[in-house]
Amino acid sequence: MASLNLVQILNGLTFAALLFIVASGFTLIFGLLRIVNLAHGALYLFGGYVGYTVSGMSGSFALGILASMLAVACLGLFIDQGLLRFVRGFVLREVLLTLGVAFVLNDLALVIWGGDTFSVEVPAILRGAVHIGGTFYPKYRLFVLVLGIFTFIGLWLLLNRTRLGALIRAGVDDAEMVEAMGINIRRVFLATSMLGASLAGLGGTVGGAFLTLYPTADSEILVFSLAIVIIGGSGSLVGAAVGALLVGLLNTIGQVMFPELAYFVIFGPMAAILAFRPLGLFGRAT
Amino acid sequence: MLEVRNLHSFYGDAHVLHGVSLEVKAGEVVALLGRNGMGKTTLIRSIMRLAQPQMREGSLLWKGEELKHLTPHEVAKKRIALVPQGRRLFPSLTVVEHLTMLKPASAKHGWTVNRVLEMFPRLAERKNHRGNQLSGGERQMLAVGRSLMIDPELVLMDEPSEGLAPVMVQHLETIIADLGKTGLAILLVEQNLYSALSVASRIYVLETGKVVHAASVEEVKKDQAPLMRFLGVH
Ligand SMILES: Nc1ncnc2c1ncn2[C@@H]1O[C@H](COP(=O)(O)OP(=O)(O)O)[C@@H](O)[C@H]1O
Ligand SMILES: [Mg+2]
Repeated sequence: MASLNLVQILNGLTFAALLFIVASGFTLIFGLLRIVNLAHGALYLFGGYVGYTVSGMSGSFALGILASMLAVACLGLFIDQGLLRFVRGFVLREVLLTLGVAFVLNDLALVIWGGDTFSVEVPAILRGAVHIGGTFYPKYRLFVLVLGIFTFIGLWLLLNRTRLGALIRAGVDDAEMVEAMGINIRRVFLATSMLGASLAGLGGTVGGAFLTLYPTADSEILVFSLAIVIIGGSGSLVGAAVGALLVGLLNTIGQVMFPELAYFVIFGPMAAILAFRPLGLFGRAT
Repeated sequence: MLEVRNLHSFYGDAHVLHGVSLEVKAGEVVALLGRNGMGKTTLIRSIMRLAQPQMREGSLLWKGEELKHLTPHEVAKKRIALVPQGRRLFPSLTVVEHLTMLKPASAKHGWTVNRVLEMFPRLAERKNHRGNQLSGGERQMLAVGRSLMIDPELVLMDEPSEGLAPVMVQHLETIIADLGKTGLAILLVEQNLYSALSVASRIYVLETGKVVHAASVEEVKKDQAPLMRFLGVH
């Protein structure tokens, strides 16, 4: 049994940061719209491919990020307004519909980009390694860590310091009551859908640079996101952050110390948390 | 101002309101009495056009305009506010956030955060507390204050005194009476006859989904016998 070193801990943390970016969008949608969006992983992968193509063609990583967020936000808009509106209120149909969207998106991606593995090109200033704690660590992964932290701060400010944020939180608590106060809750839902989707797109491009993009990457990220939301409690930003940290670090511990039990190391503790807090660490009954 | 005519409401196949008709005139405080399970909340939810119950017959006229086909937020935009049974505050929001979610704190016209906080000094002291950190009375004040932020002409209050200590109930009666004096129309659901009589000018009694008695407060004060029949214990 090996023990953890600094590099592995940093790997866990940077993976957690990426997971947070993706899962924060997932938890917002889950918490507010009560939809387990099984297309979230596909949105991640699709966003990654878009980011790969646009950054490759334009030579700009930032442009790739922007394009992936925009493209996936539009997909989020289409899924909500074009598809989900016809099955609103039927939970099982909603979930199955998002699963269908995931299959369609993945096939579409296969047609457009083929089955090869791609890696989003990292801009020059983020290449190479930095020296920390007597060892070298890739600059890019530290960038992802910082980006994850900024995403958390940005979302926290949005949710806690703006009126839209207050409406989103109120909607997670009691959507009907928000509606009864004269707010068109559907618009708040839509804004949240698009925001959540764009975070998946951001994750796709950013993750595509160090985890690479390949046809089954979507379900891997989806499973992690699900675990995070279940651990953290749906709709809770802090829950998503804590869940991401736990899953990211447990994933590293699993891979390093118990490679043959890697999944169990994540889902065992998840089951234990659920046994004591069925709504997740920061979940609330409604 | 609000005219409910022959309203039939259902939860699925359960027929709960059987042709309810009642009226609230501008600036009037009207009490709706009835024991548990008689359909008071169902009536309030029907007027607000919430997803449940479904309204299958009748009409809801607001200043002569039909509300039947509106969504809840459109009803609220017509300046009909709801103080729901059980308060239903938002646990994630602070007191101030409950009051600023509709208009910015800097808004000047109509009801403002400051005006609500002047009316409820206890809330001013607890501005940054969350809904679930308040006492029962404070919660109810916040539920009333929140409803005022839409600048209503009519407020539907569903059992605001439920679960409150007697002192708080009296305080609430004063508040409702004061609001009534500002020209606000109120449809007040109550189980306690005396509480209702102290603030309302007219009453309706609902029994198993029908209005079985309607009277002015003067009539009731002269002769309570018919009312007692419907309300039982009070
Ligand atoms: N969501 C619901 N689904 C089915 N039946 C309901 C629902 N809500 C209330 N009812 C039934 O409708 C009747 C009236 O309830 P309600 O309007 O809540 O009464 P009140 O507010 O006068 O106590 C009761 O018989 C109750 O059981
Ligand atoms: Mg009731």
